[in-house]
Amino acid sequence: MSNPYLPFRAAIIEVRRETAVDFTYRLEADMQVAGGQFVEVSIPGVGEAPISVSDFGDGWIEMTIRRVGRLTNVIHHLRPGNSLFIRGTYGRGFPLERYAGKDLIIAAGGTGLAPVKSLLNRYGGNPGEVKSLTLLAGFKTPADILFRDEIERWRRQHRVEITVDRDDAGGWPGRVGLITGLIAREPISQPENTVVIVVGPPAMMKFSTLEFIKRGIKQENIWVSFERKMCCGIGKCGHCKIDGAYVCLEGPVLNYTTAGRLMD
Amino acid sequence: MAYWLDMDSFNGILKELSADNVVYAPVKMTGKGAFSGTDLVAYREISGVEQIEFKEKSRFSPKEIVFPITQTLLYFTEEEYAVPGTGEKGIIVFCRPCDVNAFKRLDEIFLRNGGRVDSYYRELREKVRFFVIECAESFDSCFCVSMGTNRADGYDVFIRAAGGGFLCDVRGDLATLFEKFGGPAEMSLRFIEENKTKVSIPESVDQSVFGHGIWREYASRCIACGRCTVSCPTCSCFTMQDIFYEDNPNRGERRRVWASCMIDGFTAMAGGHGFREDHGDRMRFKLMHKISDFRKRFGYNMCVGCGRCDDVCPEYISFARAINRVDALMKEAVENV
Ligand SMILES: Cc1cc2nc3c(=O)[nH]c(=O)nc-3n(C[C@H](O)[C@H](O)[C@H](O)COP(=O)(O)OP(=O)(O)OC[C@H]3O[C@@H](n4cnc5c(N)ncnc54)[C@H](O)[C@@H]3O)c2cc1C
Ligand code: SF4
Ligand code: SF4
Ligand code: FES
Repeated sequence: MSNPYLPFRAAIIEVRRETAVDFTYRLEADMQVAGGQFVEVSIPGVGEAPISVSDFGDGWIEMTIRRVGRLTNVIHHLRPGNSLFIRGTYGRGFPLERYAGKDLIIAAGGTGLAPVKSLLNRYGGNPGEVKSLTLLAGFKTPADILFRDEIERWRRQHRVEITVDRDDAGGWPGRVGLITGLIAREPISQPENTVVIVVGPPAMMKFSTLEFIKRGIKQENIWVSFERKMCCGIGKCGHCKIDGAYVCLEGPVLNYTTAGRLMD
Repeated sequence: MAYWLDMDSFNGILKELSADNVVYAPVKMTGKGAFSGTDLVAYREISGVEQIEFKEKSRFSPKEIVFPITQTLLYFTEEEYAVPGTGEKGIIVFCRPCDVNAFKRLDEIFLRNGGRVDSYYRELREKVRFFVIECAESFDSCFCVSMGTNRADGYDVFIRAAGGGFLCDVRGDLATLFEKFGGPAEMSLRFIEENKTKVSIPESVDQSVFGHGIWREYASRCIACGRCTVSCPTCSCFTMQDIFYEDNPNRGERRRVWASCMIDGFTAMAGGHGFREDHGDRMRFKLMHKISDFRKRFGYNMCVGCGRCDDVCPEYISFARAINRVDALMKEAVENV
């Protein structure tokens, strides 16, 4: 009988430091992934947690993990040659077919950039697939900026705007202010042909989607990715349920026509 | 086929069945109740029919037989892990009609929701045979008739305690055994056809009731103890837990333990951010799952109307009344259109 809770061991091939608390792990793993999906990552005896697949290729997946607690503290001590336990992939990813030929704007707050990273790389390599791509990303401070090397590469391929909430240390040459400000100022020439992805902390997602709606984007052209406490990833434990939806099954990526109606 | 058995012959059957089965039934434990001087009726392994509580309603449901309060999913050492077995024996469960219907609802979640089968649940569930205890009369808090769960199907034996013995309707392969110990009899099945408590389930509940003042009222009364969900035969939520053994820190296990949407921390995420912090919102969430959300997925309601949640609530909150209040609000909303 197949056991959906059995993880497999995946060797860590590479670890990259993104910020003081965010590290990217590349694992040896042969998995079918759609951008936006997640896996359950664990260390036996320590714990298990849902983590987005931030990028993937032949025989490998990448995850960017923030150190926040019991499991992620231990993960941050692992090095290439160590391994993690994985099961998945779970949930629904981004419906790429809905973005083909459109102006796509991705608005990401903080670690919300991880679940859309594979999309940015994909469209960088296949520029004709969408009509245009814009990344609007907001971070708390300059020190919190993720994927600095990739951002430089993306800048050469797409329109990229980065903002930070505050610049405590000083010397940040870029924009300071909330991401909603970027959205308000963003030139949107054809709102009816524009599709939007919003990923980030709950408050950021709420105000960003409202701002996009104000800018004339139709609700059915907005997608968000939800984060909820999850213990199983497969519709059994009940933790991720909001209203009638299980985020691990119907999400984490949800169209706003569904997401906007869900009430906690 | 129906048979009549006295206590000794029924115990003869139980003795034979015990060779290949573990038998669970509601048992009364004197003085173990929630309040001093009260008794607790809960599920235990039994060897004789005299141990079974036929009269009172069990406070806890039989769900823990297939969905244990704590269940080990994996044992591990530093390098390996192993999956625990569940043994070879079959499982016999003495329970009431609503409880049989509750298992059907657990099946939807564990065997079907999201298209994946929970193998731990299935392994235990496949072993289960039901010996249904006939309800002679409805308890005050039951509303099984309103929920359509007063009748049970899918049982092996249906039992009526009568005249110091037991009248049994037997289906399937157990008939041979009952024939050996019992005498032939006539039996027509009786189910409860009316409860004192009645609920009216709203056809649909829309979000207009979500912001209503009744939830604030529950917010001030409910203490978020979770007893209502622990005693509920259809509540199926759990949390994962990894532990290391104290005496051997290289070995440990991954377990699941019962969880409750009524208790703090159910939705807590990194950074301490939680949803439904308000107890009234939790009440609304639980109610919506029991009488609406589950139905949208599976075509019938999750709640089986056993009334246990009302029996155990220390704040005397009535779930049945809450359903009726929501129904009234929905009817009002329709009239005002
Ligand atoms: C679909 C999805 C995708 C995700 N993707 C990513 C990703 O790509 N990268 C990433 O870094 N994270 C991601 N997360 C979040 C990640 O799952 C959590 O950060 C992780 O579970 C933390 O585990 P931990 O054991 O390290 O922390 P824990 O020790 O479980 O807790 C971390 C913090 O949460 C709080 N907390 C936890 N439980 C409780 C409680 N019961 N009561 C009060 N506070 C509590 C505490 O403040 C604690 O410090 C994702 C989550 C979801 C649902
Ligand atoms: S009456 Fe209460 S305890 Fe019984 S099934 Fe319904 S919600 Fe659960
Ligand atoms: S038993 Fe009563 S007080 Fe306790 S969580 Fe349930 S409704 Fe609230
Ligand atoms: S994570 Fe367990 S039901 Fe969704």
